Amino acid sequence: MSVLAFERVGYRYPTARVDALRDVSLSVAPGEFCVIAGLSGSGKSTLLRAAAGLVPHFHGGGFSGSVTVGGLDTREHTPAAIGAVAGTLLQDPETQVVMNTVRAELALALENVGAGAVSVARGVEETSLALGIGHLLDRVTAELSGGELQRVALAAALVARPALVLLDEPTSQLDPVAGDELIWQLRRLNQEADTAILLVEHRLERCLAAADRVIAMADGSIVCDSDPRGFLEWAGESEPALQTPGARMLDLLGLRPSPTGVKQARAMLRAHGLLTAPGVCRERHIVASGGAQPARHPLAQAGRSSLHRLLGKDDGQDKPVLSMRGVWHEIRDGPAILRGCDLELQPGEPVVLMGRNGAGKSTLLRHAAGLLEPTRGSIKCDGRVALLLQNPGDYFLHERVDAEASPAALELVGLGGLGARHPRDLSGGQRQRLALAIVLGGDGEQPATVLALDEPTRGMDRAAKRALARWLSRRADEGRAVIVATHDAEFAAGFATRAVLIADGRIIADGPVAELLAGGWYFTTETARILDGARGALTPEQGAALLRQRMAGEGGPVDARIVEEVRQ
Amino acid sequence: MFSGASFFYRRLPSPLHATRAVVAAAYGAALAACALITENPLLLGVLLLAVLAAASAAKVGWQLAGVLRLALPMVLMTVLINVLVSRNGLTVFARLGDWGVLGQVDLTVEAVVYGCVMALRLLVVMLACLLVVCTANPDELLLAFRRISPHSALTATLATRLIPVLGQDARRLAEAQRCRPDGGARGMRGKLAIVGATVSGALDRSLDVAAVLEMRGYGARGRVPAARRALSRHDLAFAAAAVAIVGLSVFAAFSRTAAFQAYPLVSMSLSPAVFVLATLTFAVALAPFVDRRGIEP
Repeated sequence: MSVLAFERVGYRYPTARVDALRDVSLSVAPGEFCVIAGLSGSGKSTLLRAAAGLVPHFHGGGFSGSVTVGGLDTREHTPAAIGAVAGTLLQDPETQVVMNTVRAELALALENVGAGAVSVARGVEETSLALGIGHLLDRVTAELSGGELQRVALAAALVARPALVLLDEPTSQLDPVAGDELIWQLRRLNQEADTAILLVEHRLERCLAAADRVIAMADGSIVCDSDPRGFLEWAGESEPALQTPGARMLDLLGLRPSPTGVKQARAMLRAHGLLTAPGVCRERHIVASGGAQPARHPLAQAGRSSLHRLLGKDDGQDKPVLSMRGVWHEIRDGPAILRGCDLELQPGEPVVLMGRNGAGKSTLLRHAAGLLEPTRGSIKCDGRVALLLQNPGDYFLHERVDAEASPAALELVGLGGLGARHPRDLSGGQRQRLALAIVLGGDGEQPATVLALDEPTRGMDRAAKRALARWLSRRADEGRAVIVATHDAEFAAGFATRAVLIADGRIIADGPVAELLAGGWYFTTETARILDGARGALTPEQGAALLRQRMAGEGGPVDARIVEEVRQ
Repeated sequence: MFSGASFFYRRLPSPLHATRAVVAAAYGAALAACALITENPLLLGVLLLAVLAAASAAKVGWQLAGVLRLALPMVLMTVLINVLVSRNGLTVFARLGDWGVLGQVDLTVEAVVYGCVMALRLLVVMLACLLVVCTANPDELLLAFRRISPHSALTATLATRLIPVLGQDARRLAEAQRCRPDGGARGMRGKLAIVGATVSGALDRSLDVAAVLEMRGYGARGRVPAARRALSRHDLAFAAAAVAIVGLSVFAAFSRTAAFQAYPLVSMSLSPAVFVLATLTFAVALAPFVDRRGIEP
């Protein structure tokens, strides 16, 4: 008896030209933990919506085949009836919460399944404690941060103890600590309550160790349905963009089978004599350009000169383009969000800003862009800060792409040929690039000397993240300072040379990215976790290069040429 | 621009917040009803003070003060319109001649006084309603409403959730426009563009919220059973105050103790009994705030 069964399901959205689901058949047993993997647009979210009954009830369109959830056929039962069997959490937490207080939000699902007052009170209490949101129960939902909202929405999906939980990127707004906690809470729920989990996630390294099964999708079809190790083997051969960093690193070295988590990877490396016992040898050196001072992007100097010429300020001085001195942001009758932050950005410097949810990252960027005025302290900017906020769609007010941004700006972001399209018809990545074109501006406008992005990788697959990292590196090469607030350490390692860690409104660490991220446990990459931060290796390529040097018996810092060889 | 989102319920440490939502709503409704029953300017003035003092004691005074500022033009407009259209007063203080559609316009003292009374009444009703918005838990109210009319409650739930969501959308859109190199369109044009974008996204947003309500099984099981909760000291105190406030107003109206007439000539009772009524109304309205035990969230 399966808790979820798809029988040859096909589906096409009302205005779409291609099918979102094609001949999908799958069965999920009670207590199974399934991860749905795939690139953006592969049909993962549609699969979840079909399981929740929203497809076709809410979206309309052409539907074939059958979906059965807990014995209920979705063609015959409404999403409300299916909701009693399956708890669902979709991507946007702002619309996932429907009541005004957290307590009422959690109580709603229980009241709707006819639970008595005692059961409602107990369910709300237990679920809130289990998910660590007990302190939020009497808070107004409109005041919660994105991360808090996501946890509340998850609690609301779980509170009625459904037999099946459907989750669409539940960690996308969470910091690494909260994201890892959430996955382990799901695993605990899965093990202790026998709840089946269907989880869509792009950061597979976060959840594969907890999964029983991985279903990979491409173009609306299931292309792989296997255990995590089998999936990684398939990904290595067919879709490298879906490999986890650990699997990629060992794949580059030709080591098989692919590890599903840090523990397996370390055991494999130890078995091959490439890793010493924990704590025996900790090589914490910086890759290539190491040192205490923030590293500079290799082409930053040349780019800086060109930008200064552009601004008519070619005076040869190494002046920061952005300087924040003792910046405070204090809310009246509320907390201090920033507490005396000092930050300088040099031209051409790619910087990553990391920290927990609510640490003050977004506020810092808003101050840099002049959207907020500091209550104390000062901010000086040599030029303009182009800020891309979290939702690119918020920038669009017109019916055509070419009405939103100048031709030069569209060319810069690679949207030159799409001027006649409606902004809302663009893909997620294209929408983000259009928003970047808008904030960068055209020829007649003051050039942006600082490019700031707030959580740009939310909902992106690994291939899109790599493309964005390359694009940002090119902007840094041109001489712009680039600062990105992100929870995604893998993305940060791909483009930044300097990392700034912010906690409770204070900058608590600021240094070379290899030094800062390699030494951490949460704010770090899977490669660094596997290698225990050795020699600042953060990416799979750097890790593989380091291990090759170890194989060859070479010491010293990781050679950048070997990294490039490995990458090739 | 979109300041409406700041007028929402937040559980604060006050006796009024500590009452159940239905009682808090009844208390606000009693103050509003009082303003509709009485016409005596002295009593209306005392009611206005009582509402403001209650808001201050409930720590939402700044929210009401903000609305008071916004309401002043509306209050002045009410007085002005009444002065221009009323033909019932006898004490003319200005003759403005023939104003076409309005005919012969004579400004009278009585029209000014009655305009002020209407404005005062409007102000009290508006602020009392706002006091309810800020202090009565909307989820509790909607739950109570669901037991009476599930479908209407669904519409109300969608609307109450959608308003802050759209408010947040509008704020985000406005912030994004400020990130444009030219600072985005300014003035009325900029505001209209943001309102247009927010409204065009409202359908998608309402579908999202409706989808979530559907998935949570809203209304699948019909009427929701009521949770039994013992009446707190604050529930009792505010319920008693609400009954007493309405009782005093009804008594004043029927006994004509606080009689007031604007037309054709202004006549108002200012007997000691009116002052006693006014003092009693004020004291009864604020008495429940004295007991501050158990008010923390």
